[in-house]
Amino acid sequence: MSIGHTLLGLLESGPRHGYDLKRAFDEKFGHDRPLHYGQVYSTMSRLLKNGLVEVDGIEAGGGPERKRYAITEAGVTDVAQWLATPEKPEPYLQSTLYTKVVLALLTERDAADILDTQRSEHLRSMRILTDRKRKGDLADQLICDHALFHLEADLRWLELTAARLDKLREAVAR
Amino acid sequence: MTTSAPAGSLLAARDLQKTYGPTKALDNAAFSIHPGEVVAVMGPSGSGKSTLLHCLAGIVTPDAGSITYNGRELTAMNDSERSALRRSEFGFVFQFGQLVPELTCVENVALPLRLNGTPRKEAERTALTWMQRLEVDDVRGKRPGEVSGGQGQRVAVARALVTGPRVVFADEPTGALDSLNGERVMELLTEAARSANAAVVLVTHEARVAAYSDREIVVRDGKARDMERVV
Repeated sequence: MSIGHTLLGLLESGPRHGYDLKRAFDEKFGHDRPLHYGQVYSTMSRLLKNGLVEVDGIEAGGGPERKRYAITEAGVTDVAQWLATPEKPEPYLQSTLYTKVVLALLTERDAADILDTQRSEHLRSMRILTDRKRKGDLADQLICDHALFHLEADLRWLELTAARLDKLREAVAR
Repeated sequence: MTTSAPAGSLLAARDLQKTYGPTKALDNAAFSIHPGEVVAVMGPSGSGKSTLLHCLAGIVTPDAGSITYNGRELTAMNDSERSALRRSEFGFVFQFGQLVPELTCVENVALPLRLNGTPRKEAERTALTWMQRLEVDDVRGKRPGEVSGGQGQRVAVARALVTGPRVVFADEPTGALDSLNGERVMELLTEAARSANAAVVLVTHEARVAAYSDREIVVRDGKARDMERVV
């Protein structure tokens, strides 16, 4: 999962301090793996350097945790591009996809669009495997079947998520 | 509103609207397919995908919108013109219950030809050729109740293809089959259709079945999204 894009997406709803960003990330996406402060600040300084965020204010008392960050226009474009680009089908893809869907809902983008684009990318891989299976011997067929079943599992998760978007929208808004 | 079909398309629909009571089954849906192309129509239950297929096939008349088949406007035809088109140019495969139980399998496959006036012997000879391609010629003399689900579905595919249709409409054709039989049906259906340059409109909710298509259309809340045009 891209932590930079996720933090950027979280900034779209308004400027936040580094500490707030970490808390929002952990609450929504970091269930079993909370972010370290160090990761937040190194990510934010990279985003700052690339012009994707800017410092919106520094509270008295100094220290990196007191900086308030705001997303720039280039940052919004970057998030939009990331959300619109389908992920390469691979194991445990769902955590990245889940993050994208939640961020889309948080930023009032079309989450169903993200799922449609991803389904298309998966089907593209499945078509290649199906074609290889059709032309191959039994060993080829079994190898392709294994990959096809895994891709199918992703797609079943994707369909279930698509069917639950309204509920998820309510849950993330809380 | 424009009614022109995409260049080279065999069957195309635009701005389709269909309402059942308070439910909008189709809401400005669009679709197009080229000869020899297999297009999967995907989407959740109740999204409007079967309604789209029924409109495209001239079984259901849309409330508004245009459907062009080979340069002819389907919505402007009368019932008998549409039935003639369905008998001669379209083939159909459904999930179940499509074979006549009193007829043998070869008689079932030959039925569309018989309805078009082909003499029995000639119709059954052509039917048998298709049954061989679908690998079910060995059950020619059996009745549908005496064959397995996979065999029955292949007989149904042979019947859909026997008139040399230009478009085959398949609504969840493997829905009642296990995965091995389902895949064999898909392999044989798409191979036979491609070699005859027939287009296939394939409604399915299964990704493994949709993987036999060339591209997919996603229907949600009555709207159809052509994924090839947006990715």
